[in-house]
Amino acid sequence: MTMTGMTAGLNPVFDSGAEVVVCTGSGGVGKTTTAAAIALEGARRGRRAVVVTIDPAKRLADALGLTGLPNRPARIDGAWPGELWAMMLDTKATFDDLVVAQAADAAQAERILANRFYRNISGALSGTQEYMATEKLYDLHQDRAFDLVVVDTPPSRRALDFLDAPGRLSRFLDHRLYRFLMAPARGALKAVNVAAQAFLRTVSKVVGGEVVDDALSFFAAFQGMEDGFRARAEMVAELLSGHSTAFVLVASPRRDTVAEARFFAERLARSGIAVQALVVNRVHPRFDAGLAEASRERARTFAGTDLGHLYENLADFALVAARETEHVAGLARQVAPAPVVLVPLLRRDIHDLDGLAEVARHLFAET
Amino acid sequence: MDPAQFFAASRLVIVAGKGGVGKTTVTAALARAAACSGLRTLVVEVEGAGGLASLFGRAPLSYDEVELFAGTGEGAATVRGRTITPDEALLEYLRDHGLSRVTKRLLTSGALDVVATAAPGIRDILVLGKVKQLERSGTADLVLLDAPAAGHAITFLLAARALLDAVRVGPIQSQARDVLELLTDPTRCQVVLVTLPEETPVNELVDTAFHLEDRVGVSLGPVVVNGLYRHLPGLGVDPQAAAAASAATLRPGEGDTLAAAAAFRLDRIDLQTMQLGRLGERLPLAQLHLPFLFEGDLGPPELEVLTGAVLDAIAALQPARP
Repeated sequence: MTMTGMTAGLNPVFDSGAEVVVCTGSGGVGKTTTAAAIALEGARRGRRAVVVTIDPAKRLADALGLTGLPNRPARIDGAWPGELWAMMLDTKATFDDLVVAQAADAAQAERILANRFYRNISGALSGTQEYMATEKLYDLHQDRAFDLVVVDTPPSRRALDFLDAPGRLSRFLDHRLYRFLMAPARGALKAVNVAAQAFLRTVSKVVGGEVVDDALSFFAAFQGMEDGFRARAEMVAELLSGHSTAFVLVASPRRDTVAEARFFAERLARSGIAVQALVVNRVHPRFDAGLAEASRERARTFAGTDLGHLYENLADFALVAARETEHVAGLARQVAPAPVVLVPLLRRDIHDLDGLAEVARHLFAET
Repeated sequence: MDPAQFFAASRLVIVAGKGGVGKTTVTAALARAAACSGLRTLVVEVEGAGGLASLFGRAPLSYDEVELFAGTGEGAATVRGRTITPDEALLEYLRDHGLSRVTKRLLTSGALDVVATAAPGIRDILVLGKVKQLERSGTADLVLLDAPAAGHAITFLLAARALLDAVRVGPIQSQARDVLELLTDPTRCQVVLVTLPEETPVNELVDTAFHLEDRVGVSLGPVVVNGLYRHLPGLGVDPQAAAAASAATLRPGEGDTLAAAAAFRLDRIDLQTMQLGRLGERLPLAQLHLPFLFEGDLGPPELEVLTGAVLDAIAALQPARP
């Protein structure tokens, strides 16, 4: 009934020696489950695997022990030769760690951590989550305790910012506005130049002076840390575009999510990154794929009878199967030669290790 | 319940739900149903990928309002559509407040990014401020807002409250105050949540509903459950017996195929019935049920089917919710 046997599944991703696997795709297509199942398979193959998730459904989070320590991997016990760890990304805590690591001294770190502008950036503001996900990924990849890091990306179109994230801070620091505001002052706020003053007065009129003051104090506190941040961002970018990272595109076989997936694939291609594998979740079963029209015809012949309804039902599923096949084929061509793995619509939601093992069986073609 | 009365409950309806539940499709179907009931309807997209307009067979929406549905047919009104983006809303806002001189500089210098970081939610408030203006202008009887997906819907709607804390003076502050007033007035604004009849989407919908009521203070309309398998009679009957009853013969193996497909649908219907029950127990809101469309490709004909389903579901609602 399933079509997972059509390829070697995700095995090539492991065989290629990937140390980092990034699961990307639009919201609601099963990225978190896919990422967790890949990490589980890693542990079963003797790897020391850690899965980093961003916004797992509550019951899966509970099953993975993610409700305990924030922002630190927790080990999941099980009968596998390797290790399985899981953690939920805490954007703010990750950013705090980064600031502390890059600050010249404790006083500078403290000034930044206490700044309101910083607290706003380091919260769940869009863009920061993606940036910190790459930061954490880099961190875990450096950690010798793990040899496989699997992450999922945030559930929105902005998930694409993930690719840009390391460069964003760099660009921000090079930004004209930042230089315009900070260059003449070099830390002494009172000395912000006259042109900037006039500009800031206008901005203050709209949003209030406190907002502007907060931003300026943040920039002042940040002075001297730019190079460290930039160097770090470059190393992260290198890891993401290098051979040790594999991108797995996750989709469901509906027209709208396939369209989103194609958008993601194009975006990856623009960044010079190849999709290593395509996972399509929630695929309807194929009962008798070739006979949609014949079944519909029989349903009409026997309309109003039990047999007519049985044929109508079969024709319904043949129709949905044909559409799904068509949508997936287009996407598969776009990411060729990446293998395509189809995971059937499962009977229940995945919220425990048995469920993940079932997904892993489909992903790695063990059925 | 009379659909015209249903859609007249509040002029602004915000449609929210996590990714993949068909929020945009539901927004389009609600818009068509409202127009069929005689309400001039405006659909507003805030982060769409052009999917909404394609349901009406039109090109992707832009900041300028266009017609999506001409309102042909007896008593029907038009559906119009547009997008609202923070940058364009800011430009318009500054122009209206005599600040057009600095507008260009604000955008090209990246100042909006810095300001938006300093006062999170400022982008959302610019968008919601524009929505409020549309609601007040009265050019449409119903404004349907296709809200951002997933958890972002909550932060989006919480923006007004958050900004009131961060920004204590100025026009943005009064904008936030006006938006909060709109969101918390049930006669002006309601949120319709969309979900699928599956465990995780149902759980998340219930959480979102309580967050929205408790933290935003917004009033909730009925919940839309999308993608329900329609029941077919006779699926429990053995295909051989059904064939015999119709004096038909089955090809070899055909009985098994028919039985497997029937068992699959019956099983999915069982699962969805269970989830609808759970949703009803945990959330005392009316439910509108929309069918799963096997066609998969949604365009004007499929939107027509869903519009009919919306109107039927509304007609079946008990009137006069408290």
